[in-house]
Amino acid sequence: MAVPSVAVQRHPSMLSRLAESRNTLGLGFMLPAAALLLVFLTYPLGLGVWLGFTDTRIGRPGIYIGVENYEYLWSDSVFWLSVFNTVLYTVSASILKFVLGLWLALILNEKLPFKSFFRAVVLLPWVVPTVLSAIAFWWIYDSQFSILSWALQQMGLIDHRINFLGDPTNARASVIAANVWRGIPFVAITLLAGLQTIPQSLYEAATLDGASRWQLFRHVTLPLLTPIIAITMTFSVLFTFTDFQLIYVLTRGGPVNATHLMATLSFQRGIAGGQLGEGAAIAVAMIPFLLAAILFSYFGLQRRRWQQGGGD
Amino acid sequence: MAAIREVERLDTDEGGMGYLQSLPRRVVTVYLPLLVFLIVLLFPFYWMTITAVKPNVEMTDYVNYNPFWVVHPTLEHIRYLLLETSYPGWLLNTVIISTAATFLSLAAAVLAAYAIERLRFSGARQVGLAVFLAYLVPPSILFIPLSVMVFNLGLYDTPFALILTYPTFLIPFCTWLLMGYFRSIPFELEECALIDGATRWQILTKIVLPLSVPGLISAGIFAFTLSWNEFIYALTFIQSSEKKTVPVGVLTELVRSDVYEWGALMAGALIGSLPVVVLYSFFVEYYVSSMTGAVKE
Repeated sequence: MAVPSVAVQRHPSMLSRLAESRNTLGLGFMLPAAALLLVFLTYPLGLGVWLGFTDTRIGRPGIYIGVENYEYLWSDSVFWLSVFNTVLYTVSASILKFVLGLWLALILNEKLPFKSFFRAVVLLPWVVPTVLSAIAFWWIYDSQFSILSWALQQMGLIDHRINFLGDPTNARASVIAANVWRGIPFVAITLLAGLQTIPQSLYEAATLDGASRWQLFRHVTLPLLTPIIAITMTFSVLFTFTDFQLIYVLTRGGPVNATHLMATLSFQRGIAGGQLGEGAAIAVAMIPFLLAAILFSYFGLQRRRWQQGGGD
Repeated sequence: MAAIREVERLDTDEGGMGYLQSLPRRVVTVYLPLLVFLIVLLFPFYWMTITAVKPNVEMTDYVNYNPFWVVHPTLEHIRYLLLETSYPGWLLNTVIISTAATFLSLAAAVLAAYAIERLRFSGARQVGLAVFLAYLVPPSILFIPLSVMVFNLGLYDTPFALILTYPTFLIPFCTWLLMGYFRSIPFELEECALIDGATRWQILTKIVLPLSVPGLISAGIFAFTLSWNEFIYALTFIQSSEKKTVPVGVLTELVRSDVYEWGALMAGALIGSLPVVVLYSFFVEYYVSSMTGAVKE
């Protein structure tokens, strides 16, 4: 008599077995996140690609017009200027963020009094809303009352006020500087985490072998930091490339489109100008660049596994 | 947590070769650059604060007053901001929207992270990768199609437009962070509970969640900060002045004519930054460790 009861316990009813199976449960647990992401992320991504092939405007559904939007953009000098600006902005801001961020990380990795305080304070620019800190930069860059101009004048370095946002070259340099200011903390703190995982014994061994400080950095720190640099910089490049807020606050793309990024041009044409189709086409044109960045990150991760001695 | 412990351990047995450096050398290579970094990184905040309490006379008169200091501090700008603009309303909107989006995303992310990391259903790895890829999709390429959707769904100019779209960048992030956290909880605890007859739901609510409170806190702070700082969706989906969030309201409503109210603008920027700074300063250790932990994973 005992045997069947054991069998019953081992094989509960179909329903409860189904409810406890990994796949059903997994599906149920995934449902809320998957539903939200599919509806508000995957679908709009597809819709955006579709909109790029239509002449949709605000308040009027569009019809399929093939690659007309792209043909128009191909011959649009403002679009190409925005591509150039985006690449320039991303490359120069990322390089500066990397160099200065790594430097700050190396400093913070030294033995310092109040280390955790410095670590916390350094993160501030990254924590506060970008728009609000950009407004502060707007005031710092004011054409008449710029504190920077005033300070440089007092020091006797310049003889007239700098037109930070009114001149194309100055405007580009100014928005890049503001972006670097905001991005340094993220790079510094993530690289600091990487630095702290490097064992001190490696440095001691290298020093005994007669390595100079530069050689220590070049042959111990840098190789061991490469994987985390790859990931951090991918994120940094991705967010710089798709930046919108800073430009929108500081210049709105001006003067004469000199600081228009693809994201701000897409907003200007799509939302402010009402040409949803064209705006979507500009946004879609950003995707190849983003894919390149993601692939870069993927291979960065691969290399990391290989370095740790694991398989692919 | 493993990350924190590891870092602490390295900190304590660091010893290192610091003693080989002389003090003058350290001043030049460490303290001086650090000072410059701190001044550059913190100056905009100082400038924001000093402008917010500076009377208009002093603000534009660089000849008689040193712009780096304020002679007669005033609360006029802050009074104007809080009593004569819609600023308090924007603050309230931002709090409501950020809180709702954070809780929605956290709930969805906890379930998803637990399923991917612990239930290990078939295809869990691929789903985990898909979640990571979703995090890499930037709002800048989604806002146009989303604005069409939001309009067609009748959500345009309502807080729900933001509460439902913010999870698109919050869920991937929180899920990724929590997956790393759940991984650090020993399997044995769950196995014991399973043998004692607990259901998966009981394991999640009674064992895994209480053990991952620090992870939940940091994911929550991250999510709240990200929603608080969000700009492009709030700019695109909200039209009426009284429904705006702080970043959008300050930029679009306080900048009215050619004469900028710099004092009020700076006060608005400062007060709008305070909540996230306060929140963050309470939990800075969680914040830093989980940020670095999430990257290390």
